[in-house]
Parts: sequence; structure tokens; C-alpha cells
Amino acid sequence: MTTEAYRGPLPVKQPESDFYWEKAHEHELWLRRCNACEHAYFYPRDFCPDCGARDVSWIRASGKGTLHTFAIVHRAPVPAFSDRVPFVVAMVDLEEGGRIPTNLVDVEPDPAQIHIGMAVEVAFLDLTDEISLPVFRPA
Amino acid sequence: MTSTSKAAAIVGVAESDEIGLVPHKSALAHHAEAAHNALEDAGLTRNDVDGLLTAGYVNYDLADYLGLAPRYTDTTTVGGASFVIHVGHAVNAIANGLCEVALITHGQAGRSSRVPIPRDPNLPSAMYEMPYGMIGMPINYSMAATRYMHQYGEDRTRQAMAEIAVSTRKWAQLNPKAMMRDPMSFDDYHNSRWIAWPFHLLDCCLVTDAGAAIVVTTPERARSLPKPPVWVLGHAEHHDHAGITTMPDLTSTPARVTGPAALGMAGVTHGDIDLTMIYDSFTYTVLVTLESLGYCGPGEGPDFVAGQRTAPGGDFPLNTSGGGLSYTHPGMYGIFPVVEAVRQLRGECGERQAPDVSLALVNGTGGALSATGTIVLGVD
Repeated sequence: MTTEAYRGPLPVKQPESDFYWEKAHEHELWLRRCNACEHAYFYPRDFCPDCGARDVSWIRASGKGTLHTFAIVHRAPVPAFSDRVPFVVAMVDLEEGGRIPTNLVDVEPDPAQIHIGMAVEVAFLDLTDEISLPVFRPA
Repeated sequence: MTSTSKAAAIVGVAESDEIGLVPHKSALAHHAEAAHNALEDAGLTRNDVDGLLTAGYVNYDLADYLGLAPRYTDTTTVGGASFVIHVGHAVNAIANGLCEVALITHGQAGRSSRVPIPRDPNLPSAMYEMPYGMIGMPINYSMAATRYMHQYGEDRTRQAMAEIAVSTRKWAQLNPKAMMRDPMSFDDYHNSRWIAWPFHLLDCCLVTDAGAAIVVTTPERARSLPKPPVWVLGHAEHHDHAGITTMPDLTSTPARVTGPAALGMAGVTHGDIDLTMIYDSFTYTVLVTLESLGYCGPGEGPDFVAGQRTAPGGDFPLNTSGGGLSYTHPGMYGIFPVVEAVRQLRGECGERQAPDVSLALVNGTGGALSATGTIVLGVD
């Protein structure tokens, strides 16, 4: 998926998230997972926010999950989003664990068409030559 | 550690000279005016102040502007909850002899600021949320409200949000300083435009220019001043996430910890409270905070607020200033419900005075439902 002339805020990559964004650019979703408590978590950092262990791995996520919640944005929060309203902001509970912020795409921005708990799958939106954003659509 | 219940008292409160739409005043000018007015309300002067607490500025920048050189300084910054938490910190500092007169100030030109205040894009909560358009609190809080609707029923949640918007406007109509004083009907609420579904415009707080300040001092000094001391009987603070997408449970705020803790320190229960002030960034914030504080159980908020019982004349006075929804909301509103609670406890509220207020609970919420501070205040 591509988007013409994205004008919104881009993620400011940090050392602990470079890998996440590199993989997103390859249209793959990767997660951190704790080797001690086996908890997969979002967002990436080099220790487990649950148990504090520093022995953590990267795992490739299936990209499947369920919709945890959503909202339909009608008033653009900044001018860069004014040509996109209405659009759907959402959180998705990933199959492996971890909850990820996202946009729900390929769906009518209508609360009657969107259901918490619905199955969704990842897609990638190429914002720039470097940044691709994981978004989700109905599975 | 010994309890700091009643170890200090609030002796002065005030807003800045003008609040609402004030394009001719800077944020720091609001701080300075509010500080002056609150000290005057206390019967104290700038020379008495030896403790300074604020959020939104680094303390030396604010102190420099005010011409103060405090020996106790605190810049705890957790959004709009900060100023409620500052009351507790001021009590702790005074109880330990770190200062004698603590000044808490706030000021924001939320509507008229010449340069917007950005969220630090280096933060994870910004990096992973902002590219999706999750910018600004209406969008963040609306996702929490959707989850609540899913768990407890959309129609009754919607009705509760409407009850809160309408009852809060009724209080604002009695407050000369409130920005929005036109009557609001339930139809007005339901017909207002969408900001971020499930939020209508009338679910959302105002954006204003305003400042406020609070003066806290020792029991001895408080008793020597002209107005009756307003005792800080209990105080508590808690935060458990930053951005809305790392909130552990979108239907429960950190007030589940601070409410019982503050009430416990005060040695009182929910039923003893005569006035409740809850930071109403959104109607949903009030609904979920009433439950988290423990006034009612999870999912029972819609029944708790039904039938306009939180409006003037109702049996549960709530947000009697007109709140962030209809009175004023410059960005970090948390200091203003403290100001109102003190005035209600002193019986200074004229037409909007709630009956027999001797115990009040104030809850501030900051960030994306991230942090809360709760205090219990009382008069002799």
C-alpha cells in the first residue's frame, strides 16, 4: 500500500527501535519477547516491562490479532490529517501477545461496521522511502 | 512514617485576573497574577513564600519570572494531575520543615499561546502513536470510552455521558467566571458534531487561557490568618502508563489506588464526602473516575449519575464550578477543582454554593488517563 505525499508526523526512530522500523520497511511485523517469562510485548525495549529480565529476543509476529478498541476521528488533530478524516484509530491485541496502536483500514468509518473483538491482520503503509507503518484490516 | 493528615492547610486560592479567552496575557502572566491573588486571599505576601511547586515550566524559569528564590522546589509534571499531587507534596514538605509557605501556581495560554507546545517525539508514546493520528486527548480518551461501551453497554454509556455534560453546564450557569453559560439540553448534547466518535463536541472540555494558584502552610500559621484553614486530610498519587495504548485497563484509572488511599488517610469513607470535584477533561473521564475512586462498582457509573443527581439541587454535587467542560480548561486543569473545593468548603460560592460542605474530595487526572492525584479536604 502506498500513500501519496504523507504530511503527518513520522516516527523518530530510537536505537532500541531501529530493528522494528527496518523490519516494518520490509513489510514484516516483529515483536520483543521475554525469554524469562515468555511475555511478548509492545513497544520494543531491551528488557521485559513485565518481569524486568534483560534476556529478550525479537520474534516475527504472524500479523494476526483482534480489535481491542477504536475511535473514528472526525476532526483532524493537526492540519496534516485534514484530508484523511474520517479515519479509524485503533488498538490491536496481537496473537503472540502485546497490544499495538494502529489505524484500521479497508473498512467504512462507521461504528456499525466495526466490532471490538473482530479478527484483523496487518498491512503496511509506505509513508516515505524509509518508513512503513503497520496498519490493520479486517481478516 | 507518621501520617501527614492535617499536617498543613490550604489558606489561599485564586484564579488569574481574567480567564477564558485572554489573548493579551502570556502563560507566565497567568502564573504571576494567580500567585498574587492567592497570596492576597491568604492574607500573606510574596515575601512569606519559601516553597514553589509547579508543572509545565522548569521551576527556575518560573521562579525567575516571579522574582522568587525558594528553599523547597518541586516540578512534578504528570499532566493535569500535577497540581493536585503538588498539594500532597506541599504538605509533606511543610510537615518535614522544608518550607513554611508553599505556593503552587499554574498558568497556560491554552487558547492564545503564540507557539504550540509539542509532545516530545523522542518518547515511545509519541513515536508509536502520533504517526497514526493519535494526537491530542480527544482521540486518546475516545478509544477508552469505546472499550467501556463495549463492556457495559453503548446506550447506557451514552446516556451517562449526556447526563454529565448537561449537569455540568447547569453548574456553569451559576458561575460568573464560566466560559459556557448558555443552557444545554439533552438534544443539544446528542446533536453536537462528532470530534472523535464516540465523543461529540459536548463530551470534550474547553480550550481556554487561565491560571490559578494555591497557598499551603503550617497549622499554626493557618490559624493566624483571616480565613478558616482548609485542612488537607488525605492525599495520594499514582500513575501506571503514559500513552493511552499502554494503559493496562481502559476502563479503570489510577484513581482506583489514589481514591481509597486518600480517603483512608483522612479516615473517612465515600458516604462522608459532601462535594466531589473530578477533573472532567471529557464526560467519560468523570464516568470512569467515579468508578475508579470507588463511589460505585465497575460498570455502575451510568446508574450512579442517572436522573441529573449531580446537577444543582441533586443529592451528589459534582464539579460545581462548571468544570473543564463548561467553566475553564487551559490544558492542565487540575488546579481549578482544588480552588473550587476550597471555596465551597469556606461557603464562598454564592448562587452555586452546595449545601453543608464540610468534606470534599478532589481528583485530578493527567496525560492519557495516565496519572491521578486525589486529596480529601475538610474544615473544622
